[in-house]
Amino acid sequence: MSNSKLTRRGLIKTGAVAGAAGLALPTYLRADGHAGFLNAPAGSTVTLGFNVPQSGPYADEGADELRAYELAVEHLNGEGDGGMMNTFTSKALKGNGILGKKVEYVTGDTQTKSDAARASAKSMIEKDGAIMITGGSSSGVAVAVQALCQEAGVIFMAGLTHSNDTTGKDRRANGFRHFFNSYMSGAALAPVLANAYGTDRKAYHLTADYNWGYTTEEAVKTSTEAMGWETVNAVKTPLTQTDFSSYIAPVLQSGADTLVLNHYGGNMVNSLTNAVQFGLRDKQVNGKDFQIIVPLYSRLMAKGAGANVKGIFGSTNWHWSLQDEGSKAFVKSFGTKYGFPPSQAAHTCYVQALLYADAVERAGSFNPCAVVEALEGFEFDGMGNGKTLYRADDHQCFKDVLVVKGKENPSSEFDLLEVVEVTPVEQVTYAPDHPQFAGGSLGTCNPGA
Amino acid sequence: MGLNKRDVTLLVIVAILCLFAPFILNPFPEGSAMAQFNAGYPDLMQRLVIFGIFAIGFNILFGLTGYLSFGHAAFLGVGSYAAIWMMKLLTMNVIPAIIISVLVAGLFSLLVGWISLRRSGIYFSILTLAFAQMSYSLAYSVLTPITGGETGLQPKVNDPRILDGALAEGQTPRANLFGLQMNQSYEMAVGDWVFTFNAGYYLAAIVMLIAFYISIRIFRSPFGMMLRAVKSNQQRLNYTGLNAKPYTLAAFVISGMYAGLAGGLLVAMDTQVGAERMFWTASGEVVLMTILGGAGTLIGPVLGAGFIKYMENIVSKINKSILEQWFAFMPDGIEDLLVTLVYPFIGKGWHLTLGILFMLVVIFLPGGLVEGGQRVGRLFKRKKPAGDKPDGKTTPAE
Repeated sequence: MSNSKLTRRGLIKTGAVAGAAGLALPTYLRADGHAGFLNAPAGSTVTLGFNVPQSGPYADEGADELRAYELAVEHLNGEGDGGMMNTFTSKALKGNGILGKKVEYVTGDTQTKSDAARASAKSMIEKDGAIMITGGSSSGVAVAVQALCQEAGVIFMAGLTHSNDTTGKDRRANGFRHFFNSYMSGAALAPVLANAYGTDRKAYHLTADYNWGYTTEEAVKTSTEAMGWETVNAVKTPLTQTDFSSYIAPVLQSGADTLVLNHYGGNMVNSLTNAVQFGLRDKQVNGKDFQIIVPLYSRLMAKGAGANVKGIFGSTNWHWSLQDEGSKAFVKSFGTKYGFPPSQAAHTCYVQALLYADAVERAGSFNPCAVVEALEGFEFDGMGNGKTLYRADDHQCFKDVLVVKGKENPSSEFDLLEVVEVTPVEQVTYAPDHPQFAGGSLGTCNPGA
Repeated sequence: MGLNKRDVTLLVIVAILCLFAPFILNPFPEGSAMAQFNAGYPDLMQRLVIFGIFAIGFNILFGLTGYLSFGHAAFLGVGSYAAIWMMKLLTMNVIPAIIISVLVAGLFSLLVGWISLRRSGIYFSILTLAFAQMSYSLAYSVLTPITGGETGLQPKVNDPRILDGALAEGQTPRANLFGLQMNQSYEMAVGDWVFTFNAGYYLAAIVMLIAFYISIRIFRSPFGMMLRAVKSNQQRLNYTGLNAKPYTLAAFVISGMYAGLAGGLLVAMDTQVGAERMFWTASGEVVLMTILGGAGTLIGPVLGAGFIKYMENIVSKINKSILEQWFAFMPDGIEDLLVTLVYPFIGKGWHLTLGILFMLVVIFLPGGLVEGGQRVGRLFKRKKPAGDKPDGKTTPAE
């Protein structure tokens, strides 16, 4: 039982005592620049808030995210084998916590609901004195929590969020996203699709009826139309739909020869299974084989859809079979601890935790504004995605994007996707005021106090 | 104030509880192992009183008329959306936002009630549930331009806010009451304890006291008597030549306005609206709160709301490493066993704990927590209970 868990309140008490005695703040506080912002860690520990879905549709991803965070905390505190800290190009982290303070954490359940996620994040900030909030598995939650962190004055390191809006129209100065986005998926997929399926395809979109679906549909549509495809129709499907047969039947009548499924999670598993069961993939339309595309893939989805994913193209942020040093180190330490390879959600969360810690080390302060400054325009490598840039204009990471395909002959239950192409970062880079991202402004960083 | 002595006492007790909530909810010193159970931080205190208002309103409909609405979250959501739009378009001051949320929710409940109240019993419940789910789906996808869909709505720097002056550079719009920001807090350190006094909480608490007072007046009024008559025997009421519908519709609209008020306050405290707060589980939650606390009693719904929100926010945050800390003093084998046994009931398992407690309460204390309190009270009084009290305070849930 630790009785030294000091928080923002601890600091205030210290301040009150010092004030009452007519003294200035103790010098070690001033020297470290540890005052003047919300939840400044005053003791020998620092508290991070891991806000992940533990119930609801993305509970699997949330569980994997939490595993990754626990691993990251271990590595930051100098336990375990260090994982990606050994391959990370920035060597500021020494394995003695962050700025010498031992990393502790609190966890919360976002329930994949923005209200619940905000309530959970607020209690971490107000009660537990968390200096940084990270995690989440949907864009709605990411946007909601990001706005909260901006208001409260702590850093938000987004988890799995793919919608353009997170670093587009809803971007915030205190929020950072390592994961890729809809635009990048479209830009990476289009050339590969042109190679594989030609440039005169007629595409039919089925889109989950919420923000992420809209931005993904728009991104894929724009990129594929730019290379000559025609979009025949785009139909919205309710998020709660589990049987897509009524949506799939009209696809063949439309004269389309390609089906794009802008679905994620259980939606995608069901719609793809339905499409395959309807025999779409055995059909010939316009003299071409009918094809199906899934813009955003994850291993957990591939697992759910089983044999149906074979040969189907999609994009992903990271895959455990990558052979660079960073990925290998991460897969090794994750596999040693938990017995199976990490998902892309786990990867992005682990990297985000390390990036935050590294930024604090380099800035020499936990002050959110100093951290923002350290992360903006930060270039690094060795985290599994090759050379990566945290762009200052919108706090989005720019890195290579993986185009993957369902494996024909999987060798294990984890070996479901094969990497078809690593799309270089130049090809997925866009201007900060690109029409798909317009309408937002970062504002200025908020240190909270 | 038009109250009898008992009610004044009750109101004063509630007022004192609200006033001293920062002390009462923070009984454990900072840094101690029990600090985990402290609930005296602004966000949770605000939620406790706001959902208290929601449950008080729901109780006016369910507790008095017996009509079980399964769609009250829709009114809360509509109120929230109205409030956030008021903040985006007019001013970040919370007063117009709260007023408009009550009005819009009132209008919406008039529409829903007018249609749903043609039926009673299970048909009424299903109709309200259908309306609420419809509102949720609309807000989540079809009405995305108005509701923000999945992402929800938040005030942005470039909103019009025609009554407010321009923001200073680098400022974000914040909800305030004539300049007093809702998230402003004063912290008092006494020894190892830290008590937080939050502006938003006290605003919400004052509103709750007013809502509670109005609820007492409704319970004690002839109108309230009519509503009870509807509950006890609507048929007989009809045979005496009275049309019950205006009464039930009025009760429905009043409770809808309470829900809207709660929605507006939620936005005032935390400027974000998501469609999930209209989901049917949110409607079910207020039913749970009311029954858990004691339907038909004055204070019951507030207790129920507090109980559920406490569970949701405190128990759900206990994770495995905290459990391991608690049981660390035990021998290894027993520690692991205890952790394994307790683990399913904490963290994400808080629903399970809540479910079990709810079942226990319904089976053994049909009158809810209020009945539990009365039984304990009787134990100490050592005299026979005073029989049926006419004020409805002991009326069990039906």
